Amino acid sequence: MKYIEAFRDGRLARKIAALIAREADSNRQYYLMEFCGGHTHAISRYGIADLLPDRIHMIHGPGCPVCVLPMGRLENAIQLAQMPGVVLCTYGDMLRIPTAKGNSLLKIKAQGADIRMVYSSTEALNIAQQNPQKTIVFLAIGFETTTPATAVVIKQAQALGLSNFTVFCNHVLTPSAISHILQSPEIRQLGLVQLDGFIGPAHVSTVIGSRPYEYFAEEFQKPVVIAGFEPLDVMQAILMLIRQLNTGRAEVENEFTRAVLPQGNIKAKRLVAEVFELRPSFEWRGLGHVPYSALRIKSCFADFDAEQRFEIPALSLADHKACECGAILRGVKHPRDCKIFGTACTPDNPVGSCMVSSEGACAAYFRYGRFRDSQNQQTTAQH
Amino acid sequence: MQSSTKKKLAYARTLDFKTGRVEMAHGSGGRAMAQLIDQLFMAAFDNDFLRRMNDQASFISPGGRMVMATDSHVVTPLFFPGGDIGCLSVHGTVNDVVMSGAKPLYLSAGFILEEGFPLADLKRIVESMANAAQAVPVPVITGDTKVVEQGSGDGVFITTTGVGLVPENVYISSECAKPGDSILISGTIGDHGIAVMLARDDFSFQSSLESDTASLHELVADMVNTVPGIHVLRDPTRGGVAAALNEIAQQSETGMMLYEERIPVKPQVSAACEFLGFDPMYVANEGKLIAICAPEDTDKLLDSMRAHPLGRNAAVIGEVIADSHCFVQMKTRFGGTHVVDWLSGDQLPRIC
Repeated sequence: MKYIEAFRDGRLARKIAALIAREADSNRQYYLMEFCGGHTHAISRYGIADLLPDRIHMIHGPGCPVCVLPMGRLENAIQLAQMPGVVLCTYGDMLRIPTAKGNSLLKIKAQGADIRMVYSSTEALNIAQQNPQKTIVFLAIGFETTTPATAVVIKQAQALGLSNFTVFCNHVLTPSAISHILQSPEIRQLGLVQLDGFIGPAHVSTVIGSRPYEYFAEEFQKPVVIAGFEPLDVMQAILMLIRQLNTGRAEVENEFTRAVLPQGNIKAKRLVAEVFELRPSFEWRGLGHVPYSALRIKSCFADFDAEQRFEIPALSLADHKACECGAILRGVKHPRDCKIFGTACTPDNPVGSCMVSSEGACAAYFRYGRFRDSQNQQTTAQH
Repeated sequence: MQSSTKKKLAYARTLDFKTGRVEMAHGSGGRAMAQLIDQLFMAAFDNDFLRRMNDQASFISPGGRMVMATDSHVVTPLFFPGGDIGCLSVHGTVNDVVMSGAKPLYLSAGFILEEGFPLADLKRIVESMANAAQAVPVPVITGDTKVVEQGSGDGVFITTTGVGLVPENVYISSECAKPGDSILISGTIGDHGIAVMLARDDFSFQSSLESDTASLHELVADMVNTVPGIHVLRDPTRGGVAAALNEIAQQSETGMMLYEERIPVKPQVSAACEFLGFDPMYVANEGKLIAICAPEDTDKLLDSMRAHPLGRNAAVIGEVIADSHCFVQMKTRFGGTHVVDWLSGDQLPRIC
């Protein structure tokens, strides 16, 4: 815990906050996107916004694995879980994501489907070993962080000859999503969304390293600072971004040097390359179809690929029509711009995925940010 | 023990508490049920009320304001470090009763047993319950047993109901928090929830952490003696301190400001929460209480809590503030502020 507490030190935070306040140019505004849900969570949980001057605006990016899974893939997962003899295993907050019709894995679990929450892919593999009469579908989601763990169990299942273990692969790639955001007409052509720099992913970068970000730092002239998920990491990254912006630099810098190497984790990358290959295109919730942005299981592991073992129709389902998750995930809108935020859509009855995961922009804002705004309103009213 | 003054029924054989199991007959009203009651429940809970073997227990109302609380207990695993479902079912209801400042007087106990459940485990549970009740002391004066078919239950479910008598001039209730009041906690938070979670086989890491399950009647009696005008008492069980404070804030129509650095959390609990993606503010406690009192009573109340073994880590963790939104906020150790909201559904671990 000491190692963690050191990165939550309030005194150091105030020192960095003072530097940020001093160095941030009072004649300009700074729009910084934290790509990852982990950063969104840290910003909200520790009240980082309270320590920043008003001219620094944090935009929550699409880096929440459950938020970007499109409706069609979720519907596929629900259909798989309803097949007789299937046990569907997945990670925690995936269970609560609602479909447009308000269905969810939790709801069909209550109706009798065998759905189990696991902490690791290995747990899913163990369930397969313990239940040879059942077919296990591991609903694999997540960015580059969770992909190596899925690769490991697929290889293990093959080595064990475990014919009842399958993976429904939904792993997605971070760099292509960031490029896609930067290429969006709102940012590139229309200039509707101002985006000055990125706080780069923490855990993702431990796997892929810092090099993959160099392309868009250069191509789009946006600085990237890779940062850890602790609040001091985030503060330091904001300071580093401001320094880059003030001096007109657009480089990839690494704040998270205690865990991220330029080349990443070579062993993990090799493992992923052995088991997975790029999909030509994959749908992201909020971003639409993004070329070469996701992975599928290679044909030599077809026996463990749920998409190849079962008939899984390609569904492209629209989000709930009032839901602004798409625009929020692209940074075009703020949760408070959504008509149903906090009314029809709350963490207890989420309509959109951003309200489900605590990393989701809407849930984080509902839980931690609303107060700030209501306080600001009260202050304004008093003046 | 002296189980009954009446003539004993002739049982075919005594209950096998080593290898025997609960059978449907143990709940069907026949001789097997009478035997289970006599040899297990009567033996453990023995008292004058039970010995009369009526469908009800009768007692003279002591006069004064009485309180009543009921609590159903389901926990997996049934035995966990620091306790089991038996003592938990006594502590839970005793604590609900004493959060009014009352002295607990009587308990009832209802058991739903699953066919096939080992009698040895049942005996352990019932004896643990009896010990917990004896320690207060509060007699279990009436009870009920049902047996459900295998697969229809989870071993044992226990519902207990308690009644208590509130001392004169004490009025402790959730709507009584006022802006300016102090918020106190009796010790470290999250111990029970994390101990139970780690006792499940799902996680392969080990810990010396024990559940905090305990009856808080003595601590409360000391506190009420010292400060009869305590405004609110609440035991933060399911949903943790966050849920309890949000309930009080709503009922009192106030807000709250907490200070993260003052909230006592054991390092093992912080570490486990960090690892599992939980927040200790939402994790269950079974032997802790939240107290809210007028600012001038704070020091006296804190001293009286710290003087009791179950309150030795007591701390003032925040204050009640005026707020029409009824937000519970926390000043983080980091220097920012965030809202400690109600929990939505179960606490589920984050992925990233």
